[in-house]
Amino acid sequence: MKAILSILAAAAVYEVVARGGWFAAALVPTLPAVARTLWAMLADGTMAGHALSTLYRVFAGLALAAALGLVLGFLMARSRAVERFFLPLVSVLMPIPSLAWAPVFILWFGLGDTATVLVVFYAASFPMILNTWTGARAVNPLWLRAAGAMGAGGASMFWKVIVPGALPFIITGLRLAFQRAWIAVVGAEMLAASDFGLGWVIFDAKEFLNADIMLASLAVIGAIGFFVERLGFAPLERYTVLRWGMVRSAKA
Amino acid sequence: MDAIEVRNVSLIYDTPGGKVPAVHDASFTAAPSEFVCLVGPSGCGKTTLLNMIAGFFAPTQGEIRIGGRAVSGQGLDRGIVFQDFAQLFPWRTALGNVAFGLEMKGVAKAEREAIALEQLRLVKLEKFAGAYPHHLSGGMQQRVAIARALAYNPGVLLMDEPFAALDALTRDEMQRLLAEVWRATRKTVVYVTHNVAEAVYLADRVIVMSPHPGTIKAAVSIALPRPRDPLSVEFLQHQKQLLGYLTR
Repeated sequence: MKAILSILAAAAVYEVVARGGWFAAALVPTLPAVARTLWAMLADGTMAGHALSTLYRVFAGLALAAALGLVLGFLMARSRAVERFFLPLVSVLMPIPSLAWAPVFILWFGLGDTATVLVVFYAASFPMILNTWTGARAVNPLWLRAAGAMGAGGASMFWKVIVPGALPFIITGLRLAFQRAWIAVVGAEMLAASDFGLGWVIFDAKEFLNADIMLASLAVIGAIGFFVERLGFAPLERYTVLRWGMVRSAKA
Repeated sequence: MDAIEVRNVSLIYDTPGGKVPAVHDASFTAAPSEFVCLVGPSGCGKTTLLNMIAGFFAPTQGEIRIGGRAVSGQGLDRGIVFQDFAQLFPWRTALGNVAFGLEMKGVAKAEREAIALEQLRLVKLEKFAGAYPHHLSGGMQQRVAIARALAYNPGVLLMDEPFAALDALTRDEMQRLLAEVWRATRKTVVYVTHNVAEAVYLADRVIVMSPHPGTIKAAVSIALPRPRDPLSVEFLQHQKQLLGYLTR
């Protein structure tokens, strides 16, 4: 309910600006105009098609990034040799914007899903690696000692102590990775997608000055982000680290 | 229950500033089912000595035996309770925490939960079996930690100032409870504290340590009948005697 209120307030401010007559109506369409376009695109299924291909690219890239990040992060935390080998590599690769790779990936893999998924994967990997690595090292040494005294070691220590102990960091890593994946996918679609995806729609609409289509697509991206947070990350936190008291809710 | 033998144990830390002796030539034994307190000021090496008995690290010299077997590393023959409440696993319920050691031993789920519940009953927390640690008070968390250390039935219980972070009233209550638990389980206990009254209340024998380097200065038997009255003349005399060793 409160979420709707804050969104409504922001929408009201936009509407005032749109109707104020300071800008051309074609460039700053009113919300009802955007809503009409959005509805039309939803009704004929084009928006769903674009959203699905973008979602596929986001989640494919995110899944690859999570797999790599978890494995590499835990290995780096466990072994000094692995850490020493990969940390410089991470430091060199991390500051390179994932979009800077897009032309390279297009050259190697052509236009389309592969290049886009790789850009997303690249962008989402670093928060996963760094957060898993930090989370595993931040596990309370007392838990390791207590578990060790009770006979835990190797696999049982990893699955029953280190993984749950690192979970607050891992969940935050997933959130950051998801956010970076969206930034990457929209950009990559503008460069690499042939004719599908929300990023491509926005880019394509620019050619025809269709501000209403751009804004409708942005609204869809925002809505997807909102629902993934509400239906994905928030419950994940509520049933794990929040329930266990490893993180706390903000005071009411 | 197992006897604990500490023979001529020394530990020297290698620091950038040179070699620092933390414990020097410490020897004592705890008979089976004996309650031994290690008492001394900060830096006297009492926790270091306990950690070596726990097997967290090895002495530089000397030997530690439990039930006749030389200690090397950690083992399920010892239960350990730390001072910090955070020792419990926050992602496990009280029952899940207590069952952890049994799980590691490969005990079947139904059986280990029955045993864990029995242990929680021993520390009077069976009603909180399903609660997560962050919903329990500090005293309750320490009781869960005691139940957890006892659940896999080690011969020896090692405790490092388990009640030091509790308020005075809770601490008194916990000491009474621990005395009961000890009477019921007959574990051999090594209990580290800097609180002399606590040592006199709990121990069969109090071992006094002094710092720089950590050495054993005296061992005092407390032959008072239990439950002990902290306001009795004999109790206060023992306390005075121990304080004498500590302030000298």
